[in-house]
Amino acid sequence: MSDISFVRREMLPPKDPPASEVGVVGWIRANLFSGWLNSVLTIASLYFIIRVLMGLLGWAVVPTWSATSLTECRSIFEELGRHGHNAGACWGVISERWNQLLFGFYPRELQWRPVLDFLLLGVALAPVLFSDKVPAKLIYFTAIYPFVMPWLLWGGTIWTPVAVALGFVIAYAIFKMLAEKTSELIAMIASVVVALVWWLFLASLFSSALAAVIPLALEPVESRQFGGFMLSITIGVVAIGLSLPIGIVLALGRQSDLLIVKTLCVGFIEFIRGVPLITLLFVASTLLNIFMPPGTNFDIIMRVFIMVTLFASAYMAEVIRGGLAALPKGQYEGADSLGLNYWQAQRLIIMPQALKISIPGIVSTFIGVFKDTTLVSVIGLFDPLNLTNAIRADADWNGLVWELYGFIALLFFVFCFGMSRYSMYLERKLQTGHR
Amino acid sequence: MNTSVFFGALTVAGLAAGAAAAGTLDDVKARDKLNCGVTTGLVGFAAPNANGEWEGFDVAVCRAVAAAVLGDSSKIEFVPTTGKTRFTALASGEIDMLARNTTWTFSRDVDLKFEFVGVNYYDGQGFMVPKELGVSSAKELDGATVCIQTGTTTELNLADFFRSNNISYEPVPIETNAEAQQQYLAGACDVYTTDASGLAATRATFDDPTAHAILPEIISKEPLGPLVRHGDHEWGDVVRWTLNAMVAAEELGVTSANLSEMASGTDNPEINRLLGTEGNLGEMLGLDADWAAKALSVGGNYGEVFAKNIGEDTPIGLARGLNAQWTDGGLLYAPPFR
Amino acid sequence: MSILTDPPKESFRPSMLIYDTRYRSMTIQVIALIGFLILVGWLISNTAQNLAELGKEPSFGFLSEPAGYDINQRLLDYDNQNSHFRAALIGLLNTLLVAFLGCITATILGVIIGVLRLSSNWLIARLMTIYVEMFRNVPVLLWIVFIMAILIESLPAPRDFRGDTPEATMNVFDSVAVTNRGVYVPEPLFHNSLGNIHLFGDAAVRFDISLDLVAFLIVLGGSLFASTKIRIWADKTQEATGLRPTTWHMRSAVVILPSLLLLVLLGFHLGYPALKGFNFQGGIHMRNSLIALWLALSLYTAAFIAEIVRAGILAISKGQTEAASALGLRPKRIMNLVVLPQALRVIIPPLISNYLNLTKNSSLAIAVGYMDLTGTLMGITMNQTGRELETVMLGMLVYLTISLVISGFMNWYNNRVKLVER
Repeated sequence: MSDISFVRREMLPPKDPPASEVGVVGWIRANLFSGWLNSVLTIASLYFIIRVLMGLLGWAVVPTWSATSLTECRSIFEELGRHGHNAGACWGVISERWNQLLFGFYPRELQWRPVLDFLLLGVALAPVLFSDKVPAKLIYFTAIYPFVMPWLLWGGTIWTPVAVALGFVIAYAIFKMLAEKTSELIAMIASVVVALVWWLFLASLFSSALAAVIPLALEPVESRQFGGFMLSITIGVVAIGLSLPIGIVLALGRQSDLLIVKTLCVGFIEFIRGVPLITLLFVASTLLNIFMPPGTNFDIIMRVFIMVTLFASAYMAEVIRGGLAALPKGQYEGADSLGLNYWQAQRLIIMPQALKISIPGIVSTFIGVFKDTTLVSVIGLFDPLNLTNAIRADADWNGLVWELYGFIALLFFVFCFGMSRYSMYLERKLQTGHR
Repeated sequence: MNTSVFFGALTVAGLAAGAAAAGTLDDVKARDKLNCGVTTGLVGFAAPNANGEWEGFDVAVCRAVAAAVLGDSSKIEFVPTTGKTRFTALASGEIDMLARNTTWTFSRDVDLKFEFVGVNYYDGQGFMVPKELGVSSAKELDGATVCIQTGTTTELNLADFFRSNNISYEPVPIETNAEAQQQYLAGACDVYTTDASGLAATRATFDDPTAHAILPEIISKEPLGPLVRHGDHEWGDVVRWTLNAMVAAEELGVTSANLSEMASGTDNPEINRLLGTEGNLGEMLGLDADWAAKALSVGGNYGEVFAKNIGEDTPIGLARGLNAQWTDGGLLYAPPFR
Repeated sequence: MSILTDPPKESFRPSMLIYDTRYRSMTIQVIALIGFLILVGWLISNTAQNLAELGKEPSFGFLSEPAGYDINQRLLDYDNQNSHFRAALIGLLNTLLVAFLGCITATILGVIIGVLRLSSNWLIARLMTIYVEMFRNVPVLLWIVFIMAILIESLPAPRDFRGDTPEATMNVFDSVAVTNRGVYVPEPLFHNSLGNIHLFGDAAVRFDISLDLVAFLIVLGGSLFASTKIRIWADKTQEATGLRPTTWHMRSAVVILPSLLLLVLLGFHLGYPALKGFNFQGGIHMRNSLIALWLALSLYTAAFIAEIVRAGILAISKGQTEAASALGLRPKRIMNLVVLPQALRVIIPPLISNYLNLTKNSSLAIAVGYMDLTGTLMGITMNQTGRELETVMLGMLVYLTISLVISGFMNWYNNRVKLVER
């Protein structure tokens, strides 16, 4: 009788939250079915995804990898009991032509060269892109890379890139020498003139003389043999690489107080940005030879390099201008107060910071240029898109569409997506470093 | 400074590319390579295979010229050109000759300053329709949607044809044959018009070729042939006579099978002159005496090249028709080798 | 005092051009100008020399010669006997048309996708992310040919509409025909039409203006003006009394009734497309090349606009919304008065540069055979006349003008919103 009262001695263990609030179910409720509108949307999109996936998989999963022609694919589909125009994917074309889509007509036995080249590109970019993770000395390799890259791609004697590189060395030496004795302006003009004389008249003599003595050469490959993704990447890399210095000069020119210089730079940038790339490519394919002295004849790839570089440098100039504008004014004033002159200030204080801020913009410019390289198909270069036409001109593969476009789209996607993710990562990294 | 560096590098590249000297023939010899303009891909006429080697009827002409001039049919670089770029490529010296199913017209010859050295394929613009439409003449095509390949004389011929017959149509201009074919097969256009050879080549690759008919009207003359720049007659002669040699060889019965036998001398003086065992025709052209033999050793005579690339035994299956020898009622008529 | 610290006035010496910063900039500029002029002169002399060698004197005479080719889509009347100039004009209008349509749909799509990317629905947000990444990372040219291929392959051909048991039928009460040649929609027709005004006689820029359209636009403009007046009156009343009169019924009546009356007076009716012969006849035909290009450009650009919109919305700090609601503003007015004006300042400049890109990308029309400026002037005209220099230069000039107009507008807008910011 007396012990009726109940006093709890120990705490009950907390109850699990209802199954509908945690775990998978809870997550689904919160994120997918949180209201009638959301539920409808979720179900509709689920239906859409399943429909697309079913259709895509049904089309793509077919045993046609080893077919050697579209007719063979069609007979395979007949055996499978499928009929109709788009019964399934004919993957034989990819298995036969993937090499061409990647490398164009680059000789098979030499294809290690572009591959090595792009691997080395990664190494050369590492000190810039992952400066905290690789040894700083690697920057010297970055400096050499612009001369190694064309040599590996085009082949020929090693002395040509050496001679070109020597031009820079000579120009620098002369600049140093004269800058101490006279003014920097004179030194700069003199070094440019000497370098031009070297490149135009002496470099070829130098390289052919040395090539005769020490024949160090790779088998030459004509640029006409470039094609496929290799061509796209080469155009993109060359254009961005060359447009970086031009872009810096244009950006500085646009910001400068010198009226004429500024007008010229603004005019150039706005002109290039105001016309579609395709018209510039028309210029490359039909007009550039008319603009050059009679007799000179760049091949079409060289002309495309020129025009795409000019195109990219206008965009690059705007990206770098953004970087310059983002620098706090104190940096400029600080440089002035240290008594640095314009170029010293640019070299030591402004540019390193501005360029660092601009890297994400540079990467997205690169992605843009890389995607735009598909336009060269319009002027008959064998980029992946135009290769599809060449492949379909083979009687075996005439009539294929989706497999080729799909393959190309996938490769472009992988490449550009990777780049854009990297640029986003970089943006975050730079932001935290800045605050 | 960097701008000038850039231009400096360009000029270096320009110098390395070499300046065009006086004659194309000397250029080609000095370069040891023939630059030949072709299409970016047309079934049977020019297309790269899986190994990147170019094959086709137009390509064979290029190879024959390369063999005649340089003695080796692989010393050649194929420059793919579009309808837009082909003439500038030739005019600017980027290519030495253009073998890209190009129609010989007055304005191209006279106004654009090119020289057509001959005709390697007599073609004409035709129409292809699905048989289920029940159309038997192009004049019944009032209101039809017509797929045309742009960048050619095709759209002008078409406009003229429909205007002169006073019927209307809806043009669908398309850049490449592959896409035109796709639209036509899907029914996005009722009619596909291009050169009759192209129609036949396209139809041959269809799932069901018998469901499509090529209409009897041929609305234009399309003599297709290789061309070179105006004014360089030595080079023009080389290309012209290489083509003629291929045609004459068929007429004279010289084939790749009996070439080596005949090259050692025959009773027929014309064959001997052609193959260089008699006379000095090669020297007159500025080539070796056996230039024509070399050219023929690549793919044989005109008939063999035709049969191999576009003839009736290939999927394309073109009959000789106008392109038969004049002795067989065709138009091929090589001037005498004398 | 300052006289003492001033250095003695030097007379000008040539070396000051290099050493004296006052004159050095002048020297640099003169050198740059001379270099530029030399470069231009060099290019021009090369061009003149090369053209003389080719025997092609630069001349624009070809523009007045008959074009000889037909253009399927034309906003003005044109036939193959018209001049190349007229053909180029038709092409230019087609460029502007697709750019205009593309900008509108890209904006609508972009805003929807940008907002949905921030949706609380995980699946939707992911789907939109996939959409954005998919379209941003694949070249637009590929999208154009891809979408064209999809349209051609998946939609029924006009022949499928034929027969007793057709494979395909028209949609929306038999008024819209969706085929792989394009979409045919009903066209507005008038029984008592006012006719057209013909402008510029026989000149190459001649065009007709439909008086019906003009009348309609005038009436619509007038009623919109009246509607604005009503709104201003409502604002004033609210300021004076604190109460906002309900005006929506009045305003919609003012907008709709006069236009409706006009349409009735003009005898408005719809012309339906019908299958006759090879094609559908009647109605407005939106060609598949236009649709493919329009779709591809808008879907592609929408992916970029979505990112801009998302960034713009995220850029407005939450404090702004909270402060506005603390002031007692309703959600709709918060959006209109607080969030949008600030977000738009972030969104509009990159948005306009995307419009610019879209316009420039429309030059890829040749891939699907849409006859825009690149397809006419820099396409068939260039092929037929062999005038590369003149056609390409002219084409570039036109594109440049379009771009400068758009970016001029952008600058004007930027300056305007700058005033909002204090």
